[in-house]
Amino acid sequence: MTPILNPNASPLLRGHAMTVQSPDDTAHTPVIHTTVPHAHAAAAVGEAKIKARDVKVFYGEKQALFDVNIDIPGKSVTAFIGPSGCGKSTFLRCINRMNDTIPSARVEGSILIDGADVNAKSVDPVVLRSRVGMVFQKPNPFPKTIFENVAYGPRIHGLAHRKDELEAIVESSLKKAGLWNEVADRLHQPGTGLSGGQQQRLVIARAIAVSPEVILMDEPCSALDPIATAKIEELIDELRTQFCIVIVTHSMAQAARVSQRTAFFHLGKLVETGPTEEMFTNPRDSRTQDYITGRFG
Amino acid sequence: MTDATLGAAAPRQALTAADARLKKRHAAERRFKAQGIAAIIVALVFLVVLVGRIVSQGYTTFEAHTLTVPVYLNPDRIDTSDLSGVNYDYIVAEAVMKKLNVQDDDLGTISTKVQDLVSRDFGFQILNKLKADPKLIGQTIELHGPLKADADLYFKGEIKRETAEGDRKLDNQQLDWLDKLEKTGAIKSGFNFAFFTSSDSTEPEQAGVLGAVVGSAMMLIITALIAVPVGVLAATYLEEFAPKNRWTDIIEVNINNLAAVPSIVYGLLGLALFINWLNVPRSSPLVGGLVLALMALPTVIIATRSALKAVPPSIREAALGVGASKTQTVFHHVLPLAMPGVMTGAILSLAHALGETAPLLMIGMVSFVPGVPEGFTGAATVLPVQVFIWENASERAFHERTAAAIIVLLVFMIVMNAAAVILRRRFERRW
Repeated sequence: MTPILNPNASPLLRGHAMTVQSPDDTAHTPVIHTTVPHAHAAAAVGEAKIKARDVKVFYGEKQALFDVNIDIPGKSVTAFIGPSGCGKSTFLRCINRMNDTIPSARVEGSILIDGADVNAKSVDPVVLRSRVGMVFQKPNPFPKTIFENVAYGPRIHGLAHRKDELEAIVESSLKKAGLWNEVADRLHQPGTGLSGGQQQRLVIARAIAVSPEVILMDEPCSALDPIATAKIEELIDELRTQFCIVIVTHSMAQAARVSQRTAFFHLGKLVETGPTEEMFTNPRDSRTQDYITGRFG
Repeated sequence: MTDATLGAAAPRQALTAADARLKKRHAAERRFKAQGIAAIIVALVFLVVLVGRIVSQGYTTFEAHTLTVPVYLNPDRIDTSDLSGVNYDYIVAEAVMKKLNVQDDDLGTISTKVQDLVSRDFGFQILNKLKADPKLIGQTIELHGPLKADADLYFKGEIKRETAEGDRKLDNQQLDWLDKLEKTGAIKSGFNFAFFTSSDSTEPEQAGVLGAVVGSAMMLIITALIAVPVGVLAATYLEEFAPKNRWTDIIEVNINNLAAVPSIVYGLLGLALFINWLNVPRSSPLVGGLVLALMALPTVIIATRSALKAVPPSIREAALGVGASKTQTVFHHVLPLAMPGVMTGAILSLAHALGETAPLLMIGMVSFVPGVPEGFTGAATVLPVQVFIWENASERAFHERTAAAIIVLLVFMIVMNAAAVILRRRFERRW
C-alpha cells in the first residue's frame, strides 16, 4: 500500500546532521550568549507571519519558557529542536493558545500573527484555532468515519452550506494530504481503522479542511515508522507552498530535511534561530553545536 | 556490562535446577489459583441456593387449577332490581353441589364448605354477564374459573391427605369432593394467566402482579427522566467545565458520601420534602420516582464522571485543535464516547432503584392497591413492596406468590441489564 521509501524524495539536507563537523568552540564569542536572540532573528526574516516577543510561560510556580523572541516566516517550514522538556512544545502550544486548557498555565509576552496579538482579550481561541491548525504527536482521528473526520471542522465553522460543498472540501483536503487515492473508496469507514501513517495524514487533512494559515505540528512522526515518516515529510514539503508550518521534532535529521529555518531551544530558552542549513553547518552557539553533534540531549 | 563480567559476578544456575525458591513460587501460584477457584465456587453456591430456593418455592404459582361447571341461573334467587346484591356465591355453590350430587343441609354447612373450594371469581363472572345481558336469567351457562387457593394447593401437593385433618385447611369431605370433581374432568390444570393480568387481591387465587409491574415501570420512568439527565449534566459540568478548586472538591466529596447514605434516609427526606412540603400525592409513582431519583443521582454522577475521565485527552485536543469550542468538544466528541459507560452506570443504578423497598415504605407505598395505578399521581404499589406485603400475609398461597413475585422482579432486572448490554453494544458499534 505504502510506496517504498525514496531516499531522494526530499530535496533537503537528508541526514545532514550526522555529517556536521564540529566547528571550533573558541570561534564563538560570549556576545552570542548574551545578545537578545530576536535581534538577528528579525534581521534574517523579511516578512514574519508570527512574531513572538518576550514570551514567558509559567506552570504554576515553575517557569517553563524564558523570554522567547522569534520571527517565523509564512509559507515555509520552521523546525523547533531541542532536548526533551526544553519548552519547544510549550511554545508551540502558545501559538494557538492550547495552553489555555491547562488551568495552571500562564502566558506572558506577546505573540503576533499578522500583527494581531493572539492573547488579546478580543481574540476568541476558537477563531484563532481555526486559523492555526494543529497536528499532534499521536495520530488522534475522531472515532468517526474518514469523511466525518475531515468534514467536522468545516461544519462547525460553517464553511460549507451544501452537501456538495462539504464533499468538495473533504475531497480537496484529502488530496492535499495525499490520502485521497488510498481512502476514496472507503470514506464512510472509521478513521481509526487506518494505519498510523494514514491516520496522521487524515489528521493533517482535518487541519487543512478549515483552511488555516498556520499549521503547528508537535512531533508528528514520532509514533510512525520510517516509511510513513517519509510520506509525512514529503507532504510537509508540499504544504509549505500554502501554509506557514511550524514543526517540533526530536529528530535533527528530520529538521534538516523538512525545514527552511530552525530554532534551538534549551532549558526553556530559545538559544539560536536561523536558516536550517546555517544552523546545521555553522551554529553560532556552543550549546546548539553540542546538541546537533549529539553531545547531549 | 558484558556477559563475561555478569557471569563472573553471579554464576548462573542451570535452567532445570529445582531450586527451593522456584518451588515456593510455583506453590504460591497454585495456592492463589486454588483460592480463587474456591471463592468462585462459594459465590456460585450462594447464587444457586438463592435462585434455586426462590424458583422451587415460586414456580408452582405459574400453574393454576381451574373448574368448569354449568351454572343454572335460578330466577328465584336473583333479584333483578338489585343485581349487585345477589348472593352469587351460593348460586355457584349450588351448581357445584349438583355436580357432586350432594344436598345442602338446613344450616348451610355443606354449601359453605363447597364455597371454600371455589373462587369468588365465579360470582363476579355471573354478575358481569347478567349486567351485560339480563336475559340469561333462568338459563344454564357454562362457567370457567379458578379454584380457591387451598383447593389449588391440594392439587399441587402442598396440602396432603396424610396431614391430620385438624391441621389442614380442608377436611376429608372437601378433599373427597375435589377428587370426585377431578374424576369427572371438571378440574383442569393450566398456566396461571391471572397472575399476570390481575393486581393485588385479598384472595390469593385472584392476586397478581400486574399492578405492581405497572407501578414499578411508571416509577422507573420518573426516576430515569429525572436522575439520568440531571446526573449526566451535573457530572459533565463538574468534570469538563468546573474550575478545580476547594468548592468543587467539597461538592465531589459530598456526592461520594451521598452515594453511601442508607436508602431509608432518602425515604425520610422524600416524606418531608415531597409529601409534607410540596404536597405530592403519597403512595404515587410520582413521589416514589422522585425519591428514587434522589437516591440514584449520586451513582449516575459518579458513573458518568468516571466514563468521562476514561475518554482519552487526545480526543479533546483533536477537537480543540480544529477550532471546536469547549462545549462542542464535550457534546460532539467526549460525551458520545463516554455514552456506553454512562448508559451502563445509569441502567445499573436504575436496576438498583427498581429493587429498593425501604424508602418507599416511608412514603406510604406499603398499602393494599387492588388495581393498576391511575396515572402518575394515583395510588400504586411496586414489585419489591408487593413482595414485602405478600410475605407478611398469613395465607399459605401468598407465600408461593411471594416467591413468584421475586421471580418476576428478577426477570424485570435481567431484562433491564440486557437492555444495558444491548445499548452499550449499539453505541460502541457506531464508532
